[in-house]
Amino acid sequence: MVKVKTVRRESGLAVELFLPAIWDGLKLTAYHFWRNIFGKRDVVTIQYPEEHRRVSPRYRGRHRLTVREDGFIKCVACYMCEQICPAHCIHIEAGEVEDKSVEKYPVVFDIDELRCVYCGLCVEACPKDAIRMDTGIIALAFTDRDRFDYTRDMLRDAYHENEKTKFRAIPAPVTEEEALPRSRGVLPGAPA
Amino acid sequence: MELLLNPVVISLVKVLVIILLFVMVVGTVLTLMERKWMSAVQDRIGPNRANIGSFRGRGTLHIAADGLKSIFKEDTVPEGANRFVFTIAPFFGFFSAIVIWAVIPFAGPLGGFTFQITDVNIGMLLVFAVTSLGVYGTVLAGWSSNNKFAVLGAARGTSQMLSYEIFLGLSLVGLFMIVGSVRVSDLVAYQNTYWFGDVLPKWGVLTQPVSCVLFFVAMLAEAKRLPFDAPEGESEIIAGYFLEYSGMRYAAFMLAEYVAIVGIGALTVTLFFGGYHVPWLHADGFHLLGAVLPLPAWLVVLLQLGAFIGKVLFFCWLVIILRWTVPRFRFDQIMALGWKRLLPVCLANVAVTALVLLAVDGWQ
Repeated sequence: MVKVKTVRRESGLAVELFLPAIWDGLKLTAYHFWRNIFGKRDVVTIQYPEEHRRVSPRYRGRHRLTVREDGFIKCVACYMCEQICPAHCIHIEAGEVEDKSVEKYPVVFDIDELRCVYCGLCVEACPKDAIRMDTGIIALAFTDRDRFDYTRDMLRDAYHENEKTKFRAIPAPVTEEEALPRSRGVLPGAPA
Repeated sequence: MELLLNPVVISLVKVLVIILLFVMVVGTVLTLMERKWMSAVQDRIGPNRANIGSFRGRGTLHIAADGLKSIFKEDTVPEGANRFVFTIAPFFGFFSAIVIWAVIPFAGPLGGFTFQITDVNIGMLLVFAVTSLGVYGTVLAGWSSNNKFAVLGAARGTSQMLSYEIFLGLSLVGLFMIVGSVRVSDLVAYQNTYWFGDVLPKWGVLTQPVSCVLFFVAMLAEAKRLPFDAPEGESEIIAGYFLEYSGMRYAAFMLAEYVAIVGIGALTVTLFFGGYHVPWLHADGFHLLGAVLPLPAWLVVLLQLGAFIGKVLFFCWLVIILRWTVPRFRFDQIMALGWKRLLPVCLANVAVTALVLLAVDGWQ
């Protein structure tokens, strides 16, 4: 049994004239015009390089290496993330550290962000919560392949501009005020 | 001094001032305003990126950016195109959009000086003649481009403009019968006479409401504005008749389109919305219900100038907002609407007007 939905078509002089419909349409367009030109601007545009769309806190963006309260990197160079990485984009070289409760730390911790598939397995594998992907940085774009090679200090929290990356090309976080809430896993403006 | 007061020199100055300082300026600004206003209607921001250093001026620099870009773009002529016709086609469209301004009065006379380039007695007939020439720009551009889409656009444009030409003229016949003249200054002066003593101005929109709508529709079709932009129909035939144009020639077509919008505004205002007249404002001041507020002549002229420009800008706005309100008619719908609906209404309007005039003036 085929079901047919019958749509009632309006007919009559008012429809044939088009004018009432055009008048209704004009009211709508003029209202939007008035509101956006003279009234409270209510536009959906995101002015991209200056403004960013809010991403979910769970969004897997560029990696970062978290730090302890004393500022030392949390990573103990256990190679878990390097082992599990399906794209083989993480390269770690361990070094010894005086603090016997830690024993090891990464002398080199490189991530090739061009090779990374952003699967998040490294974050899952980490026993120390040392690597996260919650920076909210979703658009890495450079004109030079070398600049996608992120070193340990570039991935570290509260990292600031250095000669290699020229932070301008990377979207937020740019300032420390912006970077710090993100380093606690909270995006500014995100629902708690 | 002798030379400066020469009527030819005065006319030339009027031409330059009106065309360069009003028509071209408004037309150029409209190219940006169309984009800004459309984005306002659609809850967007619109172009705002052109900048000099850190100055952006909310997108105003895009006007300069567009102009510069057009100038420096390569002016291509497609292979197999008729080079001569292809080259001259843009000027036909531009010509017809510009020349109608010869008879548009901007304000009442001040002493012996008129704010009108020329007040020929054939007035509106000149306008009809010149707007009809606009179709040459369309058909020549489309035909000479050696491009099938362009030819389609030209064919659509030609048949549409010719069809709507007919009731563009017919829609005004009722007005001409009432006023008894096609001279533009007569048509405007009539609209500053009043019903019920001096209460209700006899604006064309009140004496001929049907023909006002018809004329506006016909002018939209003449200027190929939505809902009658089938000749350009971006989603179907890319840009229609001027598809193959680039650089300044393309800009000429675009600018002609926007100048035509200002022309629609000016003609509608002049014929149906009192021209430069402010209601109840006469040459010596306001007259309402027997009360008189005398004003100096220069202030009256200034008010009239402001009123005219304000009204024209309102209609430019209306034409642009209409574009974002109504969808495009299919081509056969355009033709059916013109020939089967609007033309009979036009003729009926003429007949009814004639009968009413007879009844009012009596059987002579």
